[in-house]
Amino acid sequence: MANNERSLYIEDNKFRYTILQMKRNAGVYGLIAPYFVLFLIFTIIPVLISLPMGFTNFNMAQFPQWVGLSNFYSLFLEDEVFLTAIENTLVFAVVTGPLSYFLCFILAWLINELPGALKTIFTFVFYAPTLAGNIYTTWQLIFSGDTYGIANAYLIDLGITNGAIQWLTDANYIMGVLIVVQLWMALGAGFLAIRAGLQGIPRDRYEAGAIEGIKNRAQELIYVTIPAMGPQLLFAAVMQITSSFTAGDIGRYLTAFPTTDYAGHTIMTHAFDYGSIRYEMGYSSAICFVLFAVMLVANWGIKKILGKYLDT
Amino acid sequence: MRIKSRKKYGGSLGGDIAIFVLLTLLGLFMLFPIYLSVVQSIKPPEELFLFPPKLYAMSPTNQNFVDLINTASNMWVPFSRYIFNSVFVAIVVTAAQLIFASSAAYALAKVNFPGKAALNKIIEIALLFTSTVLFIMQYMVMATIGLIDTYLAITLPYIATPMGLFLMRQFMGQIPDAMIEAAHLDGAGHTRICWQIVMPNVKPAWLTLMIFAFNGAWQITGYSFIYNEALKPIPTVLQQITASGIARAGVAAAAVVILMIPPMVLFVLCQSSVVETMASSGLKD
Repeated sequence: MANNERSLYIEDNKFRYTILQMKRNAGVYGLIAPYFVLFLIFTIIPVLISLPMGFTNFNMAQFPQWVGLSNFYSLFLEDEVFLTAIENTLVFAVVTGPLSYFLCFILAWLINELPGALKTIFTFVFYAPTLAGNIYTTWQLIFSGDTYGIANAYLIDLGITNGAIQWLTDANYIMGVLIVVQLWMALGAGFLAIRAGLQGIPRDRYEAGAIEGIKNRAQELIYVTIPAMGPQLLFAAVMQITSSFTAGDIGRYLTAFPTTDYAGHTIMTHAFDYGSIRYEMGYSSAICFVLFAVMLVANWGIKKILGKYLDT
Repeated sequence: MRIKSRKKYGGSLGGDIAIFVLLTLLGLFMLFPIYLSVVQSIKPPEELFLFPPKLYAMSPTNQNFVDLINTASNMWVPFSRYIFNSVFVAIVVTAAQLIFASSAAYALAKVNFPGKAALNKIIEIALLFTSTVLFIMQYMVMATIGLIDTYLAITLPYIATPMGLFLMRQFMGQIPDAMIEAAHLDGAGHTRICWQIVMPNVKPAWLTLMIFAFNGAWQITGYSFIYNEALKPIPTVLQQITASGIARAGVAAAAVVILMIPPMVLFVLCQSSVVETMASSGLKD
């Protein structure tokens, strides 16, 4: 058989094989259909329409006007605030990302070491900030800039500071305050997924570990627990990437908007500024596009690293 | 050996106590803002602006809650209607998300079918997509198919979350293939394998998904999707009540406290069930 005839034959076979596989698994399409129909209508289609918006001028009143790459030129070459936003976003991501991921895992594991009812109680305590919805605005009471603010009142009372610190409007403190609040809220989906994963590790793995000579918690963690947690660790990593790159968004509710000297301004708040305040949808989409690209790179990197050591 | 009820073999009692103390200290930090908002809700108005601020209420009162209920019952639509809306939306979204995400996750984790790799990739990418513009496009799609101002507008878009599917897929991937093969040989179809073999073995996963789904659905506001007063969920209405500024600070705190109770109750129910189921068993491979 000539070489190209043979490859044609294989191609044809592959096609037939695909059809055969589709027929054989016809029931599967029924299982995925309800989810993916909704996903297509409410996520895929809106995303596909919004992606090209970054290349247009769109004020919501007139039909979008194609402007090519001009939004992106402006972003990187003219918009100095955007460069500040990128810097702040990266600071947030680098500080809160790894730290919150580490906390998610370590706290979930420590909780798992405790007996039954205590597990539920501590999981509740650490997940409570996520459950309580918009309660993070309570931090305004703590960091309020006048002497009614709890942090100020106690710092003055203890003689540590002389006057009220403008936590939420002084450019020196904004980032710090936002990072504290972000870490307080960080034990969300990733943390709970790790807790569930730890709960599902088969008991006989620990028994086998004990027989093979595991003597303490640290060894058990490294040789039994972590290797069994690949999928949950990947899930948590992706969740923490999303939350750490969008972290500054809470600043819109806690501090003045925009923050003094743009000290807490991030890519997310920049997009919000142009999208929801100035109605420059094209420009706002371009900003989101950049954020999405950065997150894709981070995600790719994390998957590479985790995939190297774990079965995810 | 160790105390009989211990699930695991490493570790000592001293270590347990050290962990307990550490977690308690961190836990106090986590609970502090929540404690504060509860305190704010039971303070009478004159105590809200005391100097120095107090971390407790000197003369606790339920006046804020009474005011909240009075304001709520003077609205155009009976308050029970808003409660019904929220509960209805939360139950529909949670149930649908659980069923749809689980069955799709089973297919993506455990069945080889053409298109699987592409769908998996799409889900992983969708997890990272954030856009302020997306919301407007969603509005356009919903307006086109006529969902605005119906219950469908505050349920359908929140069901197919990439996170729910991704979570279930990650857990289901850990089920040994042999278990599924065996069920196949016994003549079970995909639907049966998914619900009778796989789901019971990933109970911690779907109980966790239930928490995520309910918590998310409870916070649905339906801004710009719902204009009919009779269809609005509670968060929207409470925000309307408390939007009138500092004079309503106490009432706002009461609203926040009331809103956080249902997700917390569901959380405790689900989470204690997660701990119980897996205390004795686990899957064997």
